[in-house]
Amino acid sequence: MTNVEVKTVAKHYGGTPVLTDITCHFAEGSFTSLLGPSGSGKTTLLRIIAGFVAPDHGNVAIGGKDVTHTPVRARNIGMVFQSYALFPHMNVNQNVGFGLARRGIRGSAARDKIARALEMVRLPDFGARSPKQLSGGQRQRVALARAIVTEPTVLLLDEPLSALDRRLRQEMQVELVRIQRESGLTTIFVTHDQEEALSLSDRVAILDRGEIIQSGRPAEVYERPRTRFAAEFLGDSNFMSGTVRDRTIVLEDGQRIATGFDLPSDGEHATVAVRPEKMTIIGGHDPASDGENQLSARVTNVIYAGPALTYTLQGVDGTTLKVFAQNRDGRPRETGETVTLVWKAADTVPIEA
Amino acid sequence: MPAEGNVPASPRSGGNAATAAMPKWVATVALLLPTYAWLTLAIFLPLCAMFAFSFLSATPMGNEQVSFTLQQYAVFQTQPYMIEVAIWSLMIAVATTLGCAILGFLAALALARAGLGRSRQILLILIVLPFWTNQLIRIFSWTMVLRSGGFLDSVLHFFWAGAPSIGFLYTRPAIVLGLIHGYLPYMVLTCYIALIAIDDEIIEAAMSLGARWWTILFKVLVPMAMPGLVSGCVLIFVPVIGAFMEPRILGGPVGVTLGTVIEDQFTQAFNWPLGSALSFIMLAVVLAIFATFSGVLRRNASA
Repeated sequence: MTNVEVKTVAKHYGGTPVLTDITCHFAEGSFTSLLGPSGSGKTTLLRIIAGFVAPDHGNVAIGGKDVTHTPVRARNIGMVFQSYALFPHMNVNQNVGFGLARRGIRGSAARDKIARALEMVRLPDFGARSPKQLSGGQRQRVALARAIVTEPTVLLLDEPLSALDRRLRQEMQVELVRIQRESGLTTIFVTHDQEEALSLSDRVAILDRGEIIQSGRPAEVYERPRTRFAAEFLGDSNFMSGTVRDRTIVLEDGQRIATGFDLPSDGEHATVAVRPEKMTIIGGHDPASDGENQLSARVTNVIYAGPALTYTLQGVDGTTLKVFAQNRDGRPRETGETVTLVWKAADTVPIEA
Repeated sequence: MPAEGNVPASPRSGGNAATAAMPKWVATVALLLPTYAWLTLAIFLPLCAMFAFSFLSATPMGNEQVSFTLQQYAVFQTQPYMIEVAIWSLMIAVATTLGCAILGFLAALALARAGLGRSRQILLILIVLPFWTNQLIRIFSWTMVLRSGGFLDSVLHFFWAGAPSIGFLYTRPAIVLGLIHGYLPYMVLTCYIALIAIDDEIIEAAMSLGARWWTILFKVLVPMAMPGLVSGCVLIFVPVIGAFMEPRILGGPVGVTLGTVIEDQFTQAFNWPLGSALSFIMLAVVLAIFATFSGVLRRNASA
């Protein structure tokens, strides 16, 4: 069931288009990440859904009601901000109770709800503290409790984890997913961190220059990027271009690359993307088996990080390639060594250039 | 970049040698000395002299025999009308401070919150403008506006020819009006500084939680800007209670306040001891008021 619906929304600031014709929907209880670089319009889209920004045209519906012209306060949203935006002159209980009081819920009913929300974010005994006495992670939890205590129709998260250090961030990611599952709230999460988007959400929408480039389940988008931007922004990719012949791609130096997917017709130019972790490095030259690609390349750099290695290689035609390898079989390759890269045709994804 | 990185690396490294040679307190004293020396010379010593005068029976500059006495401090007993004068002075000061607080806070809010861009600076300068005009000229220009048949009446008569005069020169509201005009910039500036520091996301958070504008104003903005409001009130209340030019020029016959009485003792009656005594009584009243509210002030200053 669709809970939040954005229809043909566009927004310009001055002469600069920020969003062009965005249409998307967010299912009831889903956790969607809006992923994109800065300037991609992801925050503007979130702010349009929240009501802080009015779209030039298009509609926004929340919970089946058109809210395009509804003020923020009447949209029944919960929002967590990048700076947490806790009220510094109120204690934790007063912060969490603020939205309840606006809905006329006070006294013991409010106290129960506040206590339950604080329990959900695992800060049950922090009610009397002032935000100043809390750590960054704790403030984050209070902000989350404040946003969910009113049982909003949609929970909007504007890069809420970006101010936390790495360890705390990972801890909060786990918490965020748990709280989202427990509360069952439709959640829209803005982030520029692709790993965060992949691991937290059950849907990812990639934005670039005001457009949604691709959306779907994280694995779907990661395994089958449709454009070069999607392939590059969500993880790393190796790109190879050539001319299509007999349902394979012929590189400039004559080597053939097979793919498990449809290609343009013969004679046309095509580009494929291959994830660096899908490639395996072997010494020498094995006869290629069916459904497999091989390419010889020279190692130009090795980054040794203990359990994993990152190789930078140069193909025969001069293209730079990247391979992620587990530190598993024998010795790591040396710089200057000529090796053979092996990967499956099924992992070779044609993309729009 | 490496040069920058070296300085905080170690207190014994080369970059800190100069400061290490001189103990920190020397610099502190050297920086504070001129200010404190000036304050002592120009304010504290004269104040002490005035305090001493307030215990004399007459100004020690004539031929009169001068003796030590506490009679000046009994002024409210010997001249009961002074009680009324003091109460009116306090009420004028409270009204002025309140008026400044309301107008100044709203103006500061508009300046700090509205997306004004470059015009914000021009608007700020317009607010500070009263500071740059001569106080006397400022006050006398109000007499032009407020007298019957003055500017205010002309405007009214333009719209309603037969209207009665609404000029209220020589009333206490006229005094308050003139005082608010003169002291409003203090409040605008202190509130502006407090309000500009409030993150937009705080207000957006309140909106997202369902708050209407008055809830945001009274539950978020006013409490968060309280330190600015309080310092504005202190900055205004103290000088206004002793103000004498506005009461004299705009108040006419009703313009008798503590400030004008004190001024009279020095310039007309040549009774410096009484003037000094009244000044110190006023100082005591102001300090007593602040002491009463100090709990509130301290709580808000730390918020």
